[in-house]
Amino acid sequence: MNLLLQLDAVACRRGGRLLFERLSLSLEAGEAALVTGPNGAGKSSLLRLAAGLLRPAAGKVDRAETALADEHPALDERQRLGDALAFWVDDPRPGIEAMGLSHLVEVPVRLLSAGQRKRAALARVIAGAAPLWLLDEPGNGLDADGLDRLRAAMAGHRANGGAILAASHQPLGLEGARPVVLG
Amino acid sequence: MRGLIRRELRLAAGGGAALLPLVFFLLVATLFPFAVGPDGVLLGRTGGGALWMAALLAALLPVDRLVEPDRASGVLDQLFLDGVGEESVALAKLAGHWLSFGPPLMLAALPAAALMKLPQEVLLRLELGLLIGTPGLAALTLGVGALTAGLRRGGALAGLLLLPLAVPLLIFGAGFVERGNEAGALQLLGAVSLLLVAGAPFAAGAAIRAGRD
Repeated sequence: MNLLLQLDAVACRRGGRLLFERLSLSLEAGEAALVTGPNGAGKSSLLRLAAGLLRPAAGKVDRAETALADEHPALDERQRLGDALAFWVDDPRPGIEAMGLSHLVEVPVRLLSAGQRKRAALARVIAGAAPLWLLDEPGNGLDADGLDRLRAAMAGHRANGGAILAASHQPLGLEGARPVVLG
Repeated sequence: MRGLIRRELRLAAGGGAALLPLVFFLLVATLFPFAVGPDGVLLGRTGGGALWMAALLAALLPVDRLVEPDRASGVLDQLFLDGVGEESVALAKLAGHWLSFGPPLMLAALPAAALMKLPQEVLLRLELGLLIGTPGLAALTLGVGALTAGLRRGGALAGLLLLPLAVPLLIFGAGFVERGNEAGALQLLGAVSLLLVAGAPFAAGAAIRAGRD
């Protein structure tokens, strides 16, 4: 079976409010889906649900090994960027190079700007071995160069048999991505 | 697992966070004789209990830096995605927290005992009691830190939650220092400490999971 993510009629309830229900989605190797919808429609919740960080109110979630990049970079502030990334992945260099962070490897994470943090979070995902990427607003804070690098990394990942579920309100250049509209 | 414990120690050492409980402990040991007066006999009799109080409060100090920063920065989520169970995370945090505060506290108890004019056999009982009791204190701090992670001003609530739960450790620890082991205080201290250490990873793990909702 080549299914990397399967959501089967899932429902999500947050704080007593039903965000969405009977949502089904499956991603095979090489596929991508783009979640769109207004603020508060449950885009991030859908990604956290797919990651297993939230339990669905109904339905079933099956997934392969997963990497998540959301608004939290999960890097230790005091450490240098290279060391902080090395905590999560054996060899962070592919991610560092893909996101153009080579000149920042020695810089402590706390000195990085918002866009650089976003790049670092994406570098963590790129350098990891997980076949399924969950990207929550991956383009937020990225400049044109960053967006180009992100697009290239996503295309490379799909070409290598990975799958991507992204939530974004801006176009990411995910070719042939299935639209998932919430709200 | 070892990487996680090493990370905890690094976080404790970074910015001198691990020094804070120590300094606090020594500060109390310095202030207590000022409050009670320079009566050596009185100090020797009450000093052991006072040092246990100081150890208890020193253990509480790092309660808001144990779990909350990792929750807020997404580290706990990423560990979950890496397949590390919440209980393992909690166990690593417990080990790291104790290593960064238990042995240093036992070292600091030496000058503190001198300030209190504690006789040598009392000092030995204090050290033995701290060796057995501080893992229990670390477990309590971790459990309460995980429960209050994500709450605003969780620190104050953590104190209210933790101090009553620490009463058995305090009774048996201070009792052993003052009267020796005539009533089995050391065994009871060990039992309470063991219970806390065994239970804390599960309680903290469940709290971390519940905190995601």
